[in-house]
Order: sequence, then C-alpha cells, then structure tokens
Amino acid sequence: MLTTAERRRGLAYGATVLSAVTLFVAMAVLPLLAWDTGATEARLFSAYTASVLRFTLLQASLSTGLSILFAIPVALALARQPRFPGRVWIVRLMALPMGLPVLIGALGLLGIWGRQGIVNKGLTAAGLAEPISIYGISGILLAHVFFNMPLAVRLMLAALERLPAEYWLLSAGLGMRRASVFRFVEWPALRQVVPGIAGLIFMLCATSFTLVLMLGGGPAATTLEVAIYQSLRFDFDPPRAIALAFLQIGVTGAILAVMAFIPAPEDSGTTGGRTIRRLDGITWGARIGDAAVILLATAFLVMPLAAIAAAGLTADLWRLATSDAFARALWTSGKIAVAAALLAVAASMAILSARQAVADMKRPGPLARGFSASLSATSALVLLVPPVVLGTGWFLVLRPLGPVAPYAPALVAIINALMALPFVMRVLAPAVTTHRTRTARLAASLGLSGWPRLWRIDLHVLARPLLTAASFAMALSLGDLGAVALFGSSDLTTLPWLVYSRLSSYRSNDADGLAFLLAMVCLALAILGTAGRREENA
Amino acid sequence: MTGGIRIDDVTLVLGSHTFRFACDMPAAAVTAVIGPSGAGKSTLLNLVAGFETPDTGRILVAGVDVTTNHPSERPVSLVFQDNNLFAHLDVATNIGLGISPSLKLSPTDREAIATALRRVGLEGFEKRKPGTLSGGERQRVAFARALVRRRPVLLLDEPFAALDPGLRSSMADLLLDLHRETGNTVLIVTHDPHEVARLADHVIFVEAGAVAYQGAKQKFLLQRDLPALTQFLLP
Amino acid sequence: MRRTLISLLAAAAALSAASSAVAQQKTLTVYTYESFTAEWGPGPKVKAAFETTCGCTVNFVSVEDGVALLTRLKLEGDKTEADVVLGLDTNLISEAKGTGLFEASGLDTKAVAVPGNYADDTFIPYDYAHFAVIYDTQVVKNPPKSLKDLVEGDPSQKIAIEDPRTSTPGLGLLLWVKSVYGDKAPEAWAKLSKRILTVTPGWSEAYGLFTKGEVPMVFSYTTSPAYHMVEEKTDRYQAASFYEGHYIQIEVAGMLKTAKNKDLARQFLTFMITPGFQDVIPTTNWMMPATKTDQALPDAFGKLVQPQKTFLMGSDEVAKNRQAWIDEWLAAMSAK
Repeated sequence: MLTTAERRRGLAYGATVLSAVTLFVAMAVLPLLAWDTGATEARLFSAYTASVLRFTLLQASLSTGLSILFAIPVALALARQPRFPGRVWIVRLMALPMGLPVLIGALGLLGIWGRQGIVNKGLTAAGLAEPISIYGISGILLAHVFFNMPLAVRLMLAALERLPAEYWLLSAGLGMRRASVFRFVEWPALRQVVPGIAGLIFMLCATSFTLVLMLGGGPAATTLEVAIYQSLRFDFDPPRAIALAFLQIGVTGAILAVMAFIPAPEDSGTTGGRTIRRLDGITWGARIGDAAVILLATAFLVMPLAAIAAAGLTADLWRLATSDAFARALWTSGKIAVAAALLAVAASMAILSARQAVADMKRPGPLARGFSASLSATSALVLLVPPVVLGTGWFLVLRPLGPVAPYAPALVAIINALMALPFVMRVLAPAVTTHRTRTARLAASLGLSGWPRLWRIDLHVLARPLLTAASFAMALSLGDLGAVALFGSSDLTTLPWLVYSRLSSYRSNDADGLAFLLAMVCLALAILGTAGRREENA
Repeated sequence: MTGGIRIDDVTLVLGSHTFRFACDMPAAAVTAVIGPSGAGKSTLLNLVAGFETPDTGRILVAGVDVTTNHPSERPVSLVFQDNNLFAHLDVATNIGLGISPSLKLSPTDREAIATALRRVGLEGFEKRKPGTLSGGERQRVAFARALVRRRPVLLLDEPFAALDPGLRSSMADLLLDLHRETGNTVLIVTHDPHEVARLADHVIFVEAGAVAYQGAKQKFLLQRDLPALTQFLLP
Repeated sequence: MRRTLISLLAAAAALSAASSAVAQQKTLTVYTYESFTAEWGPGPKVKAAFETTCGCTVNFVSVEDGVALLTRLKLEGDKTEADVVLGLDTNLISEAKGTGLFEASGLDTKAVAVPGNYADDTFIPYDYAHFAVIYDTQVVKNPPKSLKDLVEGDPSQKIAIEDPRTSTPGLGLLLWVKSVYGDKAPEAWAKLSKRILTVTPGWSEAYGLFTKGEVPMVFSYTTSPAYHMVEEKTDRYQAASFYEGHYIQIEVAGMLKTAKNKDLARQFLTFMITPGFQDVIPTTNWMMPATKTDQALPDAFGKLVQPQKTFLMGSDEVAKNRQAWIDEWLAAMSAK
C-alpha cells in the first residue's frame, strides 16, 4: 500500500540506522580487540566466569519476573480507575526512578528498607529483636523491582488504554465478571506487550552493576557487567572485556530470542477515540480493591523518593540551585539529553518505517525478512553493549585526531541515544502501528505520503507518544553517569556527575540536595511526557 | 468521465486464502458486490483500489491497465465504513486533502469544497472537527470529498453499515443523486439486499474467493439456481 | 567617528598582542583525577600558586580516578599530551613503569617524609593517608583495637567495605589483611565476611551507607574524621587505631619521557614538595602532606590516629600477586 518511493525511502532509512549503529559499535570494538595485552584468554571461561554468568541470569530472571508480576495488578487497577484522584501524578512519579542515578535511588531505598530504615524501626518498635536484612538477593530484587516495576506499569497501562473504549462497555454489557474480563480482554492485550517489556527489564537487570554489588552483600553477587568493568578499567585487558561483552550479548540475546517465540496474538481492534468508561470500576468493591493496590504500589514507589527528598531538603538548595556549577551541569545535561532524545526518536521512526516497508511487501524474501529482524534485534540488544566498552573504544578511535575532550558530549549523546533506543521503540512501535492501521488506506487513496503526511497527519496523531518517548529518553540520559570518564571530565560535568563528585569528596549533604534537584528535573520531563493526557480523557 | 472496470483473470494469495476473480463492472453504472462474510468482497474492492496487487492477471479501468499503480494513481475515490476522516483535522481540511495532498488550495478549490458541502447538506460545516459530527454526517463529508476529487470511479466499502435504517435510505438516495449528476462508475460492497434492490444496476456475487455470479440486477433478483444466493436473498 | 575608529583599532591591536602573549606562554599539561581539580579540591589553588612563579599556564586534564589515569596513559602511549601525571598511587607504580612512558626526574626528594620506607626515583609522593576503619561513635561504643578485633568481633556490628576488583581502597584492605595474616588470610576473610554488611564497587557507595547511618563502620582513611571535624564541626565519626599497624596509601606524581618542556615539568614536581603546594593539601584533598608545610595543620589533624607501624608492599609484589589474592578473597568471601 506504500508507494514505491515510500517503500524505498523506508528501507533506506532503516539501512542507514542499522549501518550507523553497527558501525558505531564496531568502531569501538575493533581497536579494543586488536589491543595486545599478552594472553589472558585462559581465564576467560573459568569457573569464576561461569558462576558470575549463573548469578547474572538468576537475579535478572527473578527481578524480571517479580517486576512483571507486581506491575500487572497495578496497571489493571490504574486502567480500571481512570478518575482515580491524583492518577496522572502517580503515572508521572513512575517516570522518576529511571532518571535517578542508581546510587541515589539505592540510598533512598535503604532509608526505607535498610537496617536503620523506617520498616526496621517499625518492626523493632513492634518488639522484633533482630532487624531484617535485605542484603543479598532480596536486596537486589527489591531494588530492581523499585527501578523497573514503574516502567512496566507505564508500558502496560499504555497497552490497556489503547484498547477500544467499546470493549469495556461490551464486557460490562455481557455481564462479564472480573476474571472473565481479565481472561478475554485485559490479558490478551497485556500478552502482546509483556514479552517485550520483560525483555527490556531483563536486559536492564542483567547489566545492573552498582545495585548488585551494593545490595548483594558480597562478591557472590556479581554480574558480567562488573567483570567487564573490572577487565577494562582495573585490569586493562581490552580483549577479555570484549569477550565478556560478547558473552553477555550472546547469552542474554539467546534468552530474549526464546522469549520472542512466545506467540503473541495480533489484534487489530481500533478505538473510535471515545472516552473510556469503566463500568467495572465503579462498584465499591472494585474501587476499594483498586485503591488498595494503587496506594500500595504508590507507597512502595514514593517512600524511597520521599527519603531522597527529605535528605535533599536539608541541603542548602538555594545555594546549590543558583551555583555556577549547577547551571553549567544543567546546561550540559540538558543539551546531551535533548540530542540523545532526538537521535533515539529519529532512529526509532526510521526503523519503524523500514519494518513497515518490509511488512508492506506481499512476500518479502529472506533478505528483507532478515533485514527487518536484524533491525528489531539491533534496536533491542544495543542496550547490552557496555557503555564503558563504547567509551574506551571511541577514545582509541578519536585520539589520533587530536584532543578528545571536544568529542565527549557528542559521544555521550550517541551512547545515551543507543541505550534509549529500546525504550523509545517500546513506546513508539505500538502507537505507530495503531496509527497506521487506522489511516494507511485513507492516506494511500488520497496520495498523502512523505512530508505532507508526516507534517499533516503523523505528527498530530503521534505527538503524544513522540513526546512520551522523548521524555523517556531524556530521563534516561539525565540519569546516566556517562561512559567517557577517560575523556577528561572537566568539560563534561553532567548533573549525575556533579552528584557523584560531591559524594566522592565527603560532600554528601550537597549530593543529597543535587540529587533532589535532579529528581525535580526528571519530574518536569515526566510532566512533559504525559502532557495532553487529561485532555484526551475529557 | 466514465470508465468500466475489468478484472482480468486475477489471482491473489493472502495467507491461506486464494482468490480468483474475473468480472466486469459496466461504466456509468452502480455495481453491487455481495456475498457471505469472508468470501472476498472487500478483497475485490481492495484490488480495484490498489491496496492489494494481484499475483497474476490485470486490472483495467476505462481500458487502462492500472494493475501495478499505487492507490493514489488510480482514477478512484473511496468511502469506507469508518475512519474516513482524520480526527484531528477539520472538515474543510479533510475534504481539501482530496484535492491536494499537500493542501495547496486555490480560491476555486475552496469554493469547490463549500459547494460540495452544500451538495451533501452540510453547508457551513468547514471548521467542524469530525468528533463533533454524527456518523451520517461523517459519511456525508466523505461523499463531499469524493465529489471534489472528480474521479470517474467511486468505491464504497459497506459505507452505510454503521448507520440506522432511516439514515441508510436517505444516504442511499444521496448516493444515487450524486451518481446521476456525475455519471460515475460506482462499486459498492454491501451485505444488505435492500441496498442492492434500491441502488444497483449490476450485481457481482462473490463466494469462496471467486465470482459465483455476475449480471444485471433484474435477472439477478429472479435467480434461484444458486443455493448460496437464495440463502443470501431470503435469509 | 575617526577617533572611535582609532580607539577600536588600538583595542584590537592590544587584544591581539595579549592573545599572542598567551600563545607564546609555556603550558604545562597535568593529568590528574577529578576530585583534585574540583572547585573545592587542591587544583585551583595549586594552579594559581604555580602560575605566579613559573610564567606558564597549567592545564589540568582530569579523569575519573587514579586507575582511569593509568588507563588513559596506556591508551595514548607516547602520543600523550601529558607532561606530568599526578594522582597514581603506590599500587599502580609497577604497572605505570611497565608502560615505559615515565622518566626519572632526578630531583632531590630528601624533603619528602612519608611513612613506610617508600623510595622511588620516578614517582614522587605528594600526600598520603593510612587506611582505617571509621566508626560512628554514637553506635559503636567499643571500637575494634586491632585487625584481629575487627575480624573476630561481634558479627551483628556491621562494616561496609569496598571491592578489590573495582576500587583502590578495596585493594588496600586486601593487602592489609594479607600483610597481617599472610597465608591465614582466607580464614580471616571467612570470619570477617560475617561482619561485612556489603561490598560496594567504590569508596563513595560505602561511605554513603556509613553517613546515612545504614552501617556503623566503614573502610576509609585515617584522615576522614578530619573532614567531619573541620567542615561539619562534629567529632561523631572517628578512626579506629589498630595496634598491628595500618596499611598506607601514598599518592605520587611523575613526569613523562615525552614531556614537551622537561624543565617546566621538573619545576612543577619541585614545587609539589614545597609548602606552596603542600599547605593546600590537608583541607582540600583531606590527606596528609608529604613534606613540611608552612601553615600549621588544623587542630583536627592532631586528633587523628597516628599509626605506630605502617604496612606497604612493594608494587611489583602487588602486581605479581594481585590476581591470585583476589581469587583467594573471592573464594573465602563467597563461601559465606
């Protein structure tokens, strides 16, 4: 249904992104592989690597399973209660954990769940002698659920809200009970998105580093990412680091591939843009049950954030917010975040138009199908390439060209864009698909294509998902410490870097204050990302 | 401004379904495409519109081979059952896109839009958004757009299915009026025997991916030797 | 109008003269770690003080930490722009020498007085501190008096330590335990592991846990309490003095073979061990100065633990055994 020009253009965009990403990663990997350090390969697949790999997969599977398991009831309850007081703010708060530097998030969590946290104080007051300790696998799981469940809830909620409004009226009209609604309406919708969300969370947890070491309680809790960091930064053994990175990509990629085979039914239901009315959510029983679930999840989310805010508010916020260093870091971070978000969104749109071009072929050949599959795989798996590998590799590439510091911001922006790509795709892909099924025939029959279609049709309809995707990417970029520590940090002081540099020189109170300001910036982005949501429901 | 349509031994495989079509739709007449659900009515229409391209065979409109042409390059206008309008654009813009996809409109074009709206009974609706219109009004806007496009062929895919019976007959009247004014070739997919009786000059009955019957309406209504057809006409 | 034009031209001429003067001025490029050049770190003051005497411009390039410093040098090889590298520690010296990039400065370093029989012709110390267990006096009433006390003490009183695979202090503790326990180190670690709340990737995470009250003891430096006493006016956090002695971390600087202006590099290293530099160190880098200072140290430094005995292993020995010892540590700790 696409014009030949459109199809050609889509394929060209996709090919450009695919080759750019491949080239960017390969350029970093090759000089590192070529680095001669004397043979250390003997240690590569030792018992140590095996146990690290085992632990990486174990904690990532458990973390993913729990995040998804807890996210489902929360997403269902939020979807059932479109008029829940403060709902839009709860959804916005769910964007915060992703934008927080992990160390800050971990300290906030410990303020609640730690040995001296509120929970243990309550238990001690209730007469419990030994404080419960979360260190070990339980602490890792707790932290991973805290960071990833909100992400899962947001993506699931979006999937539920894409269902036609008529479905809810229909199920109410048919007298379907809660279990039937779940089985016939909600679960089929969730089943389409859960494998993707699970894959994303699995990758995030598998590459987790600081949280795993900090809350794991001992070196038995080590992920491959730690081993990669150690080989590259501490032992300086680039080939070993690359080999470990390949192991990480290979094993995790294989698991994701298996997950991708879990069949997800396609549904083509489209909504007429009607206001969603959930008759099953207005009974008192449903209201109370949903309120309990929502409040519990919100408390789980908000309490650590409140601990961060409480710590931050004791700092001299005015002095910090008006300091030159903060202004500079905000500017640097902002620049990088915007660039990363634009890149990630543009790359995602290019990938989607290429996939669409292939889907539009009646009988795509193996080449076209392989191309489409590798686009999907690349956009997903790029998250597994350790940033420290990219940063070090590109240092080697750029070094012969003179001073490297000027390249650093661009490089961080590109690396952040790559890391954000899977998230952006998760947000944009379903929205674009729905939009296309609704408008493709009409647009084709009117001869709307290229710029006029993008400008008059796509941008209007996709404005909200585009904004959401961009705010996702920006939050992610804002929370990232940057992988270019080698490049000289004086020119590249980002907000999280500012927080860390305070922490690494005793200035923890300033760090708390700056972390709070960073969280506020992320909240502002979340507001941007959910802008217009209310209008639509009105 | 007329052109007959010829489906010349077309085959098409979609997934596990195989379609074989060979039929003619006479120029300046209304042809109704009928048949049971899933028989291939919409596929036939999609072939004419260009949303599907045949594996073998040709499609000719007014004697011109359009088999490989993109939908926008075919001399056709379309009206679907729903989603005919872009919800975020006002009525005038939705119609204007039918004249120029890049929306470069001359004053004459604007006048044409106003005239078309008047013709379908929606005078002064230019600035309204589709969301504020009733289902019938939205279909009228789609008709108005088909009017300004001045294409010799009008394809309709169950255009009145979502409307109530009273509205259906008045919309059918409007369609007939427009057809008589413009003398275009109309192809309408429907499953309503009354619509066939009321509108069609010519009938194509599709069953299991093939044309089971084609002929003039009068003959068709007397047809009794096809069991599926009888079932369709006398449910 | 004419006058304006002339004054504009004059200004332009003055400007270009000034900029060419800057261009002609010598520059010294110093690679160092990030907290050295932070606005509260020693960097800004050191730069100002040295520039008044050298007629040159000091250009700091700062990377994350000492380890990153060495990595960057390895990546750059003899193409490096660095004249001086400041901020390696004693454990990295062997590897740093292995790069073949450094050159003995030939300076007189008699003034340097750091504990632990440190001697090297290439790398000159500029500050040091002993590793120590810092405890919260409000929680820990009987701090450990020795490493043995720490190892065998009450397992419910926890400590946060750093990971030797990813951090310098973590490696320091590993070497300290090795120095005291020798072959019995694995048994010591197995015992100590019951007291260890968690092993963090770096110093910041462990110290963050400590100051948030999550853990009453943390592995840090003897000088850490000085920060809290001077900047926060609190005696709450103190270092535990261990009678076996403390392992030391000495921070050093060296000049490169490829330095553009070797005299200037030597001049900087000489300046480094004079009071002009050393006075800045205690209250900006929170380490002990390596030579005499002009200004007396703040009172807080007098209250710090002064170890009777100092442990320091040769960096060759560390380089040779590090991996084996880390494996030993991993095995002992994982057996928990």
